[in-house]
Amino acid sequence: MSFDMSYDRPALLAEAERQFTICNACRYCEGYCDVFPEMFARRAFAEADLSELASLCHNCRGCHYACQYAPPHEFAVSLPGLLATARTVSWERHAWPAPLARAFQRHGLALAAALVLGVGALFWALSALGGAGEGFYAHLSHAAMVAIFTPAFLFPLLCLAMTARSYWREIGGAPLHPRHVAQALASAARLKNLSGGQGQGCNFEKGDRYSNARRWAHQAVAWGFLACFGATAAGTVLHYGFNAPAPYPLLSLPKLLGLPGGIAMTFGAGALLWLRSRAEAGLSDARTASGDVAFTALTGLTALTGLALYAASGSMLQAPLLALHLGTVLAFFLTAPWSKMVHPVFRLAALIRHAQRQER
Amino acid sequence: MTAGADIIADRPWDVVVAGAGNAGLCAAIEAARAGARVLVLEVAPRHMRGGNSRHTRNFRCMHRGPMPPLTGAYEEAEYYDDLLKVTGGRTDEHLARLVIRESEACMPWMAAQGLYFQPSLSGTLSLSRTNAFFLGGGKALVNAYANTAEDLGVQILYEAEVTGLEISGGRAGAVEVSVKGREPVSVPCKALVLAAGGFEANLEWLKEAWGPAAENFLIRGTPYNRGRVLRLMLDAGAQSVGDPTQCHAVAIDGRAPKFDGGIATRLDCVPFSVVVNREGRRFFDEGEDVWPKRYAIWGRLVAAQPGQVAYAIIEARSRELFMPSVFPPVEAPTIEALAEKLGLPPAVTAETVARFNAACRPGRFHPTELDGLSTQGLDPPKTNWARPIVEPPFLGYPLRPGVTFTYLGLKVDDTARVQREGAAFENVWAAGEIIAGSILGQGYLAGFGMTIGTVFGRIAGREAAAHVL
Ligand SMILES: Cc1cc2nc3c(=O)[nH]c(=O)nc-3n(C[C@H](O)[C@H](O)[C@H](O)COP(=O)(O)OP(=O)(O)OC[C@H]3O[C@@H](n4cnc5c(N)ncnc54)[C@H](O)[C@@H]3O)c2cc1C
Ligand code: SF4
Ligand code: SF4
Repeated sequence: MSFDMSYDRPALLAEAERQFTICNACRYCEGYCDVFPEMFARRAFAEADLSELASLCHNCRGCHYACQYAPPHEFAVSLPGLLATARTVSWERHAWPAPLARAFQRHGLALAAALVLGVGALFWALSALGGAGEGFYAHLSHAAMVAIFTPAFLFPLLCLAMTARSYWREIGGAPLHPRHVAQALASAARLKNLSGGQGQGCNFEKGDRYSNARRWAHQAVAWGFLACFGATAAGTVLHYGFNAPAPYPLLSLPKLLGLPGGIAMTFGAGALLWLRSRAEAGLSDARTASGDVAFTALTGLTALTGLALYAASGSMLQAPLLALHLGTVLAFFLTAPWSKMVHPVFRLAALIRHAQRQER
Repeated sequence: MTAGADIIADRPWDVVVAGAGNAGLCAAIEAARAGARVLVLEVAPRHMRGGNSRHTRNFRCMHRGPMPPLTGAYEEAEYYDDLLKVTGGRTDEHLARLVIRESEACMPWMAAQGLYFQPSLSGTLSLSRTNAFFLGGGKALVNAYANTAEDLGVQILYEAEVTGLEISGGRAGAVEVSVKGREPVSVPCKALVLAAGGFEANLEWLKEAWGPAAENFLIRGTPYNRGRVLRLMLDAGAQSVGDPTQCHAVAIDGRAPKFDGGIATRLDCVPFSVVVNREGRRFFDEGEDVWPKRYAIWGRLVAAQPGQVAYAIIEARSRELFMPSVFPPVEAPTIEALAEKLGLPPAVTAETVARFNAACRPGRFHPTELDGLSTQGLDPPKTNWARPIVEPPFLGYPLRPGVTFTYLGLKVDDTARVQREGAAFENVWAAGEIIAGSILGQGYLAGFGMTIGTVFGRIAGREAAAHVL
């Protein structure tokens, strides 16, 4: 079975409208996720509607396995693949600058190349710039790190902001209200749209059986990522605010956040890749598969190299591992506006919009 | 576990179940829980398993207080009363009350087999007290039950058709099964549960009662319910119940597939329409009552029209007054042009609509209640929602009879054991639609099919296992 849809926008919209019309006349899946209430509130679908529903869909696949009209039925309803394709199209359309998204969403090789370049750049930086200080600052000075990572962090952030603004306009977002943002964050924090509606989970690695494995794995990555991010932020505050540069002892905020965060991210990413290998093919957009896998691997690698660097502190492996870790981080951040890393931006926007619409 | 054809016949099964729909899977689960070695034979391939149960959305459940997601209370007396109303008394009170009473315990049992319930769907608020909706619908139910059954060690064999029953002296010794169309093999069993549905997909059989008109019926559910097991049992001397000439048919979109179109082909526009036959003439009061109370008679009304087809004509203002349907309406700027597109005689159709419009009276039009807005001096009248059809574009939907199920079935007692003249079969039980006629002599109560299947499926499974073990 193949659900690969055309990337041709009018054709995709027509196919979406066809399937949504059937769902609208059926409604059996209403309780699975936020997509259906939004779908049933409409009778006609413009591209903006498809774009909004696409990012609300978390590919839990519940509706596919429950659908009495799934292929080979002649009605051929299967939303997960359709909406995944619509996400590819929508996310590429709103990416800024757009052409880069094509490369990084669809081609794992592009991400791998970015990784090699990032690591290479850091090895060069280490040898060319050198360091002065304690711990890993002995290999690369704090000033050099800041010089590299400040723009490498701010530029992607700017790109993501442009993307968010473009998407928010398309889906007709109203002025932000803290209440709606809080609702969206609460939904994202629990991955409500992967919960199957009642906490039984999604239909992924076990086909038509529910399982929370993917939800938990994703939680590990997401919460791990936030913890690592928090660790970096805490380090920055300690460095500038309290004149306390790295390395930090085990019982310090950067380590208390960074260590478990890194472990959670590493295992989470590994689990996501493993689950993915067991899931039924054809229920997502196969053309972004290599990009998706590469992104998940890169996420895991970012954490794994960080852990390795910590484990190697003081040893002779510290310098190469530092280059490896920082290079990975660099690649991760620099590609973020065009890799799968855009997903929280689109999903949060769609969730906020959903919260806004629910109130009316 | 999916059994291979080779291993099914090597030693007798404790319980063989015919049909992997709701009733069959309930029976298989209960028998396996009691410790029996169970084989389920299902004629459809795996993706089509679950028969008509695949198309369902809810079951009707008695409850004495709020039982989430069910609101309020729905007690035995009211439930039975509702049943009496739709069947006009053609029911078996003892069995009906058994089903009603047992339904309350079904809901937690169903959840324990891995099924999730959801609040009543948008657009079906009127059922939120009486009917518990399955999250994802009937196919999700079938998935959950089949998974639970397999976890309990039940073997489910797909593309395995029951083609014969080896019964002598009221006792079944084996089932003949054809796997993937091959020569039938004999599968020995100690007990038999028959849950193979009705015969609604068997057009030849429908023609026996309906004549050639049945050729034009659409079958809303699975193409596999051809009544073979029912016929085998009737030939083996089983007692039947229910009217052999009746089937439950509703008016559905005439463009629906011949089989398996399911719920999405439903059309709820009749109350806001003028409905004409292919000659362009009206034939019945479209506004007689609210649609949920009338949709079932329209199947038969349309079946009685020439060519078994009718056309609902509405105007722009009514477009969004009913649940959206799966096929877009045919649209045109004038009634004549619409008639042309629908293949109706334009002049007659236009005159029918004009005559209807002239008979409409001023008054308050209220789409969600009986508004009493009636035509005057028109035959047949339209007694509610008679608002003139004047605002273009004009929209048309073809209607055809869509068969849901048949009434003829096997007579069972309150242990689900199949009856024959003067006695019962010793080791044959039946459940689901194949026995529904025992309780539902005519009419239909939304969600009652699944209730009958669940209650009797569970009883049949337990009784069959108890007989063997
Ligand atoms: C569109 C539609 C919607 C409906 N919605 C509802 C609803 O919401 N609520 C409700 O209560 N009822 C509903 N009904 C009625 C409901 O579907 C039936 O009452 C119920 O499914 C009957 O269950 P069952 O297990 O007896 O039969 P089925 O679910 O039809 O299962 C019978 C099984 O037997 C198999 N079979 C047939 N012949 C053989 C053979 N010779 N050998 C082996 N296997 C065989 C079939 O393939 C099938 O899988 C609906 C019906 C339709 C058509
Ligand atoms: S996915 Fe299938 S079962 Fe679910 S609402 Fe759509 S048509 Fe109905
Ligand atoms: S795949 Fe899951 S999240 Fe997406 S529409 Fe279907 S049920 Fe909703």
